[in-house]
Amino acid sequence: MSSGNLRLQVTAAPFAHSPRTTAAIMRDVILALLPAVAAAVWLFGIAAVLVLATAILGAVLTDGVFGRQRWAGLKDGSAVLTGLLLGLTLPPGIPLWMALLGGVVAIGLSKVVWGGLGHNLFNPALIGRAFLQAAFPTVLTSWVAPQPGQLFSLPPTTLSIPLQQSGTDVISAATPLGLAKFQHTLTDTLPLFTGQVAGSLGETSALLLLLGGAFLVWRRALDWRIPVSIFASVALFATLAWLAWPTLPPPQFMLFSGGLVLGAVYMATDPVSSPTTPWGAWIFGAGIGLLVVLIRNWGGLPEGVMYAILLMNAAAPLIERATQPRAFGRDERRIP
Amino acid sequence: MASPGAGSGPGTFRHGVHPDGAKEATEHLPVERMPFVERYTVPLAQHLGAPAIPVVQPGQRVQRGQLVARAAAFVSTAHHAPVTGTVVSIGKERYPSGALVEAIVIDADRFDPQMLAPGPAADWRSVSDKDFMALVQGGGIVGMGGAAFPSHVKLSVPEGKGCDQLVINGCECEPFLTCDHRTMVERPDAVLRGVDIAGTRVGCKGAVIGVELNKPDGISSLQAAIERRQARIARGDNDGVSFPIRVHGVQVKYPQGAEKMLIKALFDREVPAGKLPLDLGYVVNNVATMVALAELVDGGSPLIERVVTVSGSAVRRPANLLVPVGTPIRAVLDHCGGLTAQVRQVVMGGPMMGMPVATLDAPVLKGTSGLLAFEEARDPLKEAGPCIKCGQCLEACPYMLNPSRMGRLARAGRVLEMEDWLVMDCVECGACTWVCPSEIPLVHLFRSAKATIRKKKAAEQAAAKKAGGAS
Repeated sequence: MSSGNLRLQVTAAPFAHSPRTTAAIMRDVILALLPAVAAAVWLFGIAAVLVLATAILGAVLTDGVFGRQRWAGLKDGSAVLTGLLLGLTLPPGIPLWMALLGGVVAIGLSKVVWGGLGHNLFNPALIGRAFLQAAFPTVLTSWVAPQPGQLFSLPPTTLSIPLQQSGTDVISAATPLGLAKFQHTLTDTLPLFTGQVAGSLGETSALLLLLGGAFLVWRRALDWRIPVSIFASVALFATLAWLAWPTLPPPQFMLFSGGLVLGAVYMATDPVSSPTTPWGAWIFGAGIGLLVVLIRNWGGLPEGVMYAILLMNAAAPLIERATQPRAFGRDERRIP
Repeated sequence: MASPGAGSGPGTFRHGVHPDGAKEATEHLPVERMPFVERYTVPLAQHLGAPAIPVVQPGQRVQRGQLVARAAAFVSTAHHAPVTGTVVSIGKERYPSGALVEAIVIDADRFDPQMLAPGPAADWRSVSDKDFMALVQGGGIVGMGGAAFPSHVKLSVPEGKGCDQLVINGCECEPFLTCDHRTMVERPDAVLRGVDIAGTRVGCKGAVIGVELNKPDGISSLQAAIERRQARIARGDNDGVSFPIRVHGVQVKYPQGAEKMLIKALFDREVPAGKLPLDLGYVVNNVATMVALAELVDGGSPLIERVVTVSGSAVRRPANLLVPVGTPIRAVLDHCGGLTAQVRQVVMGGPMMGMPVATLDAPVLKGTSGLLAFEEARDPLKEAGPCIKCGQCLEACPYMLNPSRMGRLARAGRVLEMEDWLVMDCVECGACTWVCPSEIPLVHLFRSAKATIRKKKAAEQAAAKKAGGAS
C-alpha cells in the first residue's frame, strides 16, 4: 500500500492561510516607496542615497543588536522600513552621522524598549525624526534646493564630522511651507504635486507618493480609511480657516505641501500605532488632519504632520477602546 | 415567489474572508460509487451527545442497512451496517483524530451482491411528532454539513416555538469541497423531496435554499426541479405538499455557510447571541441531509453512505465518491490513485474547519464531507510573529469580535479576561487565523480559552450547588 509508513502532521484547523504575511506587507510598503525614492535621488543626487542608506543602517543595526530576536528579527523587514521612512523625512543635506543616529533612536527608543514589533505606542520613524529635530533644530530645518539630474553633487554638510560646527555654505532654500509661514508667499500647486520644490527627501513628490499609496490599497497592505480621513479633514478644516481668514494658505496648498502625503499614506497608517477598529481609523485620521491645520496655521512651526501623528498615536488606544465593533447578534458595543 | 423579509439581490453578511475556492479539481466530476472493501468500522459516537448502544454481537451476521446500534438518549442516533457481512468485534478502534473510541467492526461478505433491499415507505405524515422523531433518529440521520448534529433534534420544534421558514444550506463555503454542489446538480428532486418532508413536519410557511453563486449549475438544477414540483403541485400530485420553495443565490464568501450568517444573508436578520435560529422562526438544514431524509422516508434506507470529496495537492485522482460510512480512509485514498510521496497532511472536512487525520486506518464518518491530502503543511513549530494590530482580523470576523485584542490577552496568559471580549460568541470559523499576517494561531487560542472558561464556570456552578445544598 502506498501509504504504509506514512508520517502525517497533525495540527489544528484552519489548514489554509492567506498569502499575506507581515513580511509580505512590509515588502509591499517598501516597494511602494521606491518611486518616491527614485524621485529623491533624481532631485537631490547621491546625497539622497547616502542619507537613506545610513538611516536604514542605523535602524537595522540597532534592531539586530538589541532586538528581542536579534538578527532573526530583521526577517520581517520592519526595521528596513522604519529606516527608509525616517530617511525620507530628513533634509537632503543632513550630515550622515545624524541620519545614522536617527535610525538608532527610532528603533532603540521607539521599538526595542517597548518590547519590539507590535508593542510600540508611537511610530518609530517619527520618534527618530522628532529626536533629531529636538537635538539639531537648525540642521533639520536647513533645506537645499533640488538640482534635478545632478546625481553626483553632494552638499558639503553631508560628510561632516559629529559635533563639529556644520558648514555655512549650503545652498539653502526655503520649503513651500516655510515660505508661506514666514514670508507669506504661496507656491503653485503643480510644482508641489510633482515635487520640484525644496523639502525633505520624501515629501517632495505628492504624485509618486499617492501612486504608491494606491498600489498599497490595491494590495490591501494599508487601511485606506486613515489617509482618506486625513485628507478630508485637512481639506475641511483648511477650507474653514481659509474662508474665515483669507490670508491663511488655501486648502489645495495645504493638501500637497510638506510631509502631509508621506505622513498620511505611510506613517499614520503604521498598523501598530494606529487604532485597529474601522471607526477608530476614521477618528484617528480626522484628528491628525485637524492638528495639522492647527499647527501649520497657528503653531510656531511651519510643518505639523509629525507632531500631529505622534499626538494621535498617543490617543490611539483610547480611540480604539471607544470604537469597539458591535458584536453580531448583540445590541450594544461592549467595552470591557 | 418572494418570502417575507427576503432581499432581492444576492445577500451576504458583514466581514468574512475570500480564501481560494480550489474547487476546480472536482466540481465537474459526477459522484461515483466507491467499491466495497473488506472491513468497515462504525464508531458508536460520531457527534456530540451520547454514544449509541450496540444491538449486535461479535460473530453475528448482519444485512446491509440493518440496525447495529440504537440511540442512547435524545441527543444520540442509531447506526446501521454499511455492508452485509459479519460483526468481527465491538471494542476500541482508532478515530480519525487518533483517539481510541468504541466501534463496531464488520467484515464484508465478499460473495454477497450488497444490494440494499428497498424498505417500505414510512408513514411520515400522519404519525405523531414523537414517532417522526423516532423514525429520523432510528434512521441514523445527522446533519451532513460537517458537525453531524442529530437531525431529529434540529427537526423538532418545541412547544411555544414555530418555524416560519425552512432554510436549506447549499452554500458549501469551505474550499475544495464539492459534495453538496454535486448533490444539488445530480439529485435536485431528492433534495426537494426532503424539503417537502422536513418542511411539512416543522410546519413552515416556505423554504429557501441558499446557494453560493459559484455554483450556477447547482442553482439552475434546483430551479428546474422547483418548476417540476410546481407542475406536480398544479396537478395535485406532490403528496399534498404545496408550500413555496425558492433558491436564493448568496455571495461567495467564507463562512457564508455558518447558519447564522446564512440567515443574515437570506433575511437580513441577526440571530441574537445565545439564541438559536428557531427563536426567529428558522430551521436550518444541509442539502445532503434532505436527500438522506428523503431516502429514509421513501426507501426505508438509513444513513449508511454519503458523498465525500477527495481532493488536495497530494491526491493523484481527485473525485466525488459515494462512500459507505465506516470505510477506512486509506481505502478511499487508494481508490483515488493513492497519495503522492510528498504528502504531509490529511484533513477530514474542509481546510478551514476540518479536523486533522492522525491515522489512515480510521474510518469515514457520517460527517465526513471531504478527505483532503496536502503536500504542503504549515510548520507547527514555526513561531507566530507578534500582533502588529493591523486590524485585518477585525474585518474578517463574521461575529464582529476583536480577535486581535483577544489574541493578545491569550498570549499574555489573561485568559479569563477574554470572556469580557465575548470569546464565548466565537464559532471557531478560523477566518481571523486565515487572514492574520503574523500567522498567530488565533482560533486555537480561542478554542482553548473557551474550554478554560467553561471549566471554570462548571466548577463555580458545582460549588454554588454544594453551598446551596449545605445551607
